[in-house]
Amino acid sequence: MRNPHRAQKIAFFFLFLATLLIVVPVGMIVVIIIQKGLPAINWQFLTDIPRQGMRAGGIFPAIVGTAYLVTGAIVFALPIGLLAAIYLSEYSKDNILNRLIKLAIVNLAGVPSVVYGLFGLALFVVFFKFGASILSGSLTLGIMILPIIITSSREALESVPQSFREVSLSLGASKWQTIRHIVLPNAIPGILTGTILGIGRAAGETAPILFTVAAFYLPQLPKSVFDQAMALPYHLYVISTQVPNVDEKIRYGTAFVLLALVLFMNLVAIIIRYKFRKKKKW
Amino acid sequence: MRKIKEFIIENLILICGIASIFFVLLIFLFLLKEGLAVFKIEGPFKFLFGKSWYPISEPPRLGIFPLILGSLLVTAGAAIISIPIGIGCAIYIAEIAPVKTKEILKAGIELLAAIPSVVLGFIGMVTLVPFVKTVFHLPTGLTALSGSIMLAFMAMPTIVSIAEDALYSVPKTYKEGALALGATQWQTIWRVMLPAASSGILAAVMLGIGRVIGETMAVMMITGNAAVIPQSILVPVRTLTATIAAEMGEAVVGSEHYFALFAIGIVLFIISFAINVTADLFLHKRQ
Repeated sequence: MRNPHRAQKIAFFFLFLATLLIVVPVGMIVVIIIQKGLPAINWQFLTDIPRQGMRAGGIFPAIVGTAYLVTGAIVFALPIGLLAAIYLSEYSKDNILNRLIKLAIVNLAGVPSVVYGLFGLALFVVFFKFGASILSGSLTLGIMILPIIITSSREALESVPQSFREVSLSLGASKWQTIRHIVLPNAIPGILTGTILGIGRAAGETAPILFTVAAFYLPQLPKSVFDQAMALPYHLYVISTQVPNVDEKIRYGTAFVLLALVLFMNLVAIIIRYKFRKKKKW
Repeated sequence: MRKIKEFIIENLILICGIASIFFVLLIFLFLLKEGLAVFKIEGPFKFLFGKSWYPISEPPRLGIFPLILGSLLVTAGAAIISIPIGIGCAIYIAEIAPVKTKEILKAGIELLAAIPSVVLGFIGMVTLVPFVKTVFHLPTGLTALSGSIMLAFMAMPTIVSIAEDALYSVPKTYKEGALALGATQWQTIWRVMLPAASSGILAAVMLGIGRVIGETMAVMMITGNAAVIPQSILVPVRTLTATIAAEMGEAVVGSEHYFALFAIGIVLFIISFAINVTADLFLHKRQ
């Protein structure tokens, strides 16, 4: 008979190997981008417009464009997502409607990003005639990050103990007063985490903005929400596949800025969650 | 006055609550609205199984079979790589790693999930593509294999985190029972934990695959984009998603090409819908 302890050793070795096969490449990706991208970063790169057909100069319009898009997406998605989370956590009963809503959220999260792009094109750009604009792009990204915001806000609301609500209700507060003054304040860190993760996701996505807002090359800043704009992820795509002979430094530099932005958002979210978990008294 | 205010707010909450359903329907309706027109030109069967995709020739030939095969090939490759590694890593995190390591590994997985696909595509272009080219002595490294490897990394975070959740939610008593009967830790994992968590792990695998099928940017940057029926995994292919992303920019609104790209969107939407609903059923079965 085989020795079960030896079998265990072999099995554990392979499980460890599998873990390494994920962690090591991730580490390498981050290290390569930092190593080759960081030297490209200077004040001029961050604040100048792209020059000489994007082979020189900076990426300022792309940074500004991404900032506008993300802001627009959050302004749209946060109120709807938060209210939807309140509905699911405080009002809905365990019935078929609740089940359907949850299924819809799962599906929204699973729709391929390029399909969001098509949807944004059909609804906002063509049907509502917003054209390829910051407005169209923001709304498309907003719908895309809705599931992230709903799910994490709902978890945050549901983790507030039932007894808090009972005390408030027994003191004569109405249901909405209880939610507004007792449940929401206690759920803010979780809601914040979800919002920040949503921002990170919206900042990094390319496919949904391809046909709804992204400009190939636009050396001036957008003036209104009906203007097209450059965006960091699309800019990285353009200079790495569409424009020949772009200096490697510029490519890595752009990748670095995008990655740093997204990872910074995630880091902040992780820290908030960690601190909150430590502070939680119940 | 307060009553009215609360009445308005509570109704607003209800409306936002059902907004998700509304948006899913809206997406589907608008894909149908723009995409169904293609079936007046090309029958559904010819559209799905037609062997040539020449959308701008005269008359256009709109068969997406090569694209479906491209997507399947890249996805199958990514699944073969990511499923064993992902489940292995999930077991390691859930059952073996010490608490501190566990936290670090979980953060690492979250990090991977957060990397934008265009950044992964870029890194794939500059590292993996030349590597595949030299190793297999190919004329180009932009192949289905390169795409599969890169996409495996996009599927892994999904697989790891959902499978780990599934293992974690197996009742402690199962494990304690097996260990008390003298089973080794590995025997417990293999014979007790994995079967008990199987439906959750299956859901993890399905959602991981769903992520791969829908992935666009990385795949467009490293699979070479040749819309022909692939003969091996070492040739350039083009996926459904990459076709939409690469061609919609040039398609004229209202042209056959435009309708056809939306029809591809319908196909992708139906695939992702089917995967997500089935995976959700598996996850609920567990509870």
